[in-house]
Amino acid sequence: MITAAAQEREHYLNTSYGIKSWLLTKDHKRIGLLYLATITLFFFLGGAFATLIRIELLTPQGDLVSSDTYNKLFTMHGVIMVFFFLIPSVPATLGNFFMPMMIGARDLAFPKINLLSWYLLVVGGLFTLFAMFAGGVDTGWTFYTPYSTTYSNTWVIATALGIFISGFSSILTGLNFIVTVHRMRAPGMTWFRLPLFVWANYATSLIQVLGTPVLAVTIVLLFCERVFHMGIFDPARGGDPVLFQHLFWFYSHPAVYIMVLPAMGVISELVSVFSRKPVFGYGFVAFSSVAIAVLGFLVWGHHLFVSTQSVYAGMVFSFLSYFVAIPSAIKVFNWTATLYKGSISFATPMLYAFGFVGLFTIGGLTGLFVACLGIDVHVTDTYFVVAHFHYIMVGGTIMAYLGGLHYWWPKMTGRMYPEAWAKLSALVIFLGFNLTFFPQFILGYLGMPRRYHVYPEEFQVLHVLSTAGASVLAVGYVIPMVYFIWSLRYGQVAGANPWGATGLEWKTASPPPLHNFDETPVVTHDAYDYSTVMEEGIEVG
Amino acid sequence: MADRAHAETPALRVQFDTAEQQKDASTLGMWIFLITEIMFFGGLFLVYTVYRSIYPGVFAHASSSLNEVIGAINTAVLLCSSFTMVLAVRAAQLGQRKAIVIFLILTLVLGFVFLGVKAYEWNEKFVEHHVPGPTFHFEGLPAGDQGPAQLFFSLYFAMTGLHAFHMVIGAGILMVLIWQAKKGRYSADYMTPVDLGGLYWHFVDIIWIYLFPLLYLIDRHLLK
Repeated sequence: MITAAAQEREHYLNTSYGIKSWLLTKDHKRIGLLYLATITLFFFLGGAFATLIRIELLTPQGDLVSSDTYNKLFTMHGVIMVFFFLIPSVPATLGNFFMPMMIGARDLAFPKINLLSWYLLVVGGLFTLFAMFAGGVDTGWTFYTPYSTTYSNTWVIATALGIFISGFSSILTGLNFIVTVHRMRAPGMTWFRLPLFVWANYATSLIQVLGTPVLAVTIVLLFCERVFHMGIFDPARGGDPVLFQHLFWFYSHPAVYIMVLPAMGVISELVSVFSRKPVFGYGFVAFSSVAIAVLGFLVWGHHLFVSTQSVYAGMVFSFLSYFVAIPSAIKVFNWTATLYKGSISFATPMLYAFGFVGLFTIGGLTGLFVACLGIDVHVTDTYFVVAHFHYIMVGGTIMAYLGGLHYWWPKMTGRMYPEAWAKLSALVIFLGFNLTFFPQFILGYLGMPRRYHVYPEEFQVLHVLSTAGASVLAVGYVIPMVYFIWSLRYGQVAGANPWGATGLEWKTASPPPLHNFDETPVVTHDAYDYSTVMEEGIEVG
Repeated sequence: MADRAHAETPALRVQFDTAEQQKDASTLGMWIFLITEIMFFGGLFLVYTVYRSIYPGVFAHASSSLNEVIGAINTAVLLCSSFTMVLAVRAAQLGQRKAIVIFLILTLVLGFVFLGVKAYEWNEKFVEHHVPGPTFHFEGLPAGDQGPAQLFFSLYFAMTGLHAFHMVIGAGILMVLIWQAKKGRYSADYMTPVDLGGLYWHFVDIIWIYLFPLLYLIDRHLLK
């Protein structure tokens, strides 16, 4: 970031220097970068666990690790990826950095609370890391009782405490976002001029604020049960272990939407910019985010189809789960309709957006399979379910996260990433992803259960394919890591608006000044009105 | 509109344009925080509802062993503390700096009275072996109902314990407010912290208003 031109102008990266100026910063942009660094570390740690899992599954025998170690591997992979990467991924990094800029604000409403929420994630992460290095935890990321409360001899409490603490990070981020969207919008920035990324983050925040406290109290009860033997989840004392599953999924199903809704917001931005058209049916896409947030709270029972839940309750939950497909499909159809007669360019972020739409469609449609009572009984706890949610979380969320990172990279750093390498890695990730997870659909349908490291020999071919895909995927994830760092010094210097985009974040310098805008912007047009960009005569390139 | 960032003061942080915007944002933030608290306590209320509907008789028996007179007195103490809290907020609105301090101290004292009475009640449970654990025993119930009776007391301790924990946090907030009020920080123009502290204190009171009947007063008529 050191060029003569950039050095002359003051921006958020050069207003102050030193470790203290980062660790005590109240600037939402710097906090966004702190999150970026933190979750990248967690991503590669979670990826390391996934690597060990995939290597072990190369052969039908358990020859790399013991059964106990394998249990710990998939637990720690899940815990790290869900709570310390996916949940904070888009909102806490891209959302933190760009949501205030997109509504024309100088910062979030509560900058100190924003910094506090990063520290909570770090402290929660340290607890969890401590548990991992002290011996690990083997309950699965779902911590089902009574195994987690009575039988497991691993570090359940330390891990759960880490999740409890990082939960407050998520709650505070959500709270901050809601207040910011309500109270900090620039003059003229009405609700229906908000970019769809802001709508998506707003809907996500509602889930974070309403759902996460329930997980917190569930962890408190788990703690009390394990330490004081209160009996709340213990059938021997009159309690009910399935009650834990209800409480857990009341948060953890909506948590899936915490992971994917902001990703959908990124895609709305990308599809519009790179086809140079307003998003088709803006209002529908905006409200579909809210609809997903609301419906997401009504479907948790579809995780309990085989957990003694009554068939009648199962039918209701199955029916409600199908409803989630409606707003999800509205988004996919509207993105597709946006492309129609658009002036489409195939820059790297758009490649990721195309990848997202295709993979999310597969992940979403297989979600309908498992929401169907009859099919779910057949595929429950098999690799079919594993493949389904990896299509949503990796094929969906991580694709959009990487797409967004490429799209906003010039704004964050003032430098372009190398386009050719970026296109190559997007392609490698797409191919590697499908090779990893598509065979898992077939494996699951044939009956391969999840969480086993010893399996019948006829499954080996598909497992080898999956492991080969995971190797390709790993290469695809390392390439961007390398060229992003490379671009900080050697990347082409980016202008204020390299994509010819309409959002307010592009109407200020790259990288932005400390308080985002030299003058508070006044909004006079709807979002995605590309005629305004033409009038400004900004070069599109 | 050519607003540039202005100098930072407690009454007007740099990200806000006007003091009114800042007060609105802080108040909205507090209300959303209270909603998260409702969801947090809500999990416990749900567990209570589930087990009370499964074991209504045992819960009635177990509940009747709690001392409703002490519970009622404590409820009155807490309501009085809410009243003094309101007076403190009113004093802040009127800019009566001494009165703010006096009413906040009164609120704090009443909060400690509540916690003291609660500590006495918990101690009674230890004496009566009504604390969940290996020595738990509830007289007058068959062996098969000891588990559900223990569930009641587990919930009693979890709910009143979590409530008391929030009272302790509230006491900490009051102490900071008293300290700042003594320095003359609050006036009719800037009193948001007093206002928000009041919202929190009332919220903790309201939780108790629900806990008291649900734990102390259920189905007493059935046992007479």
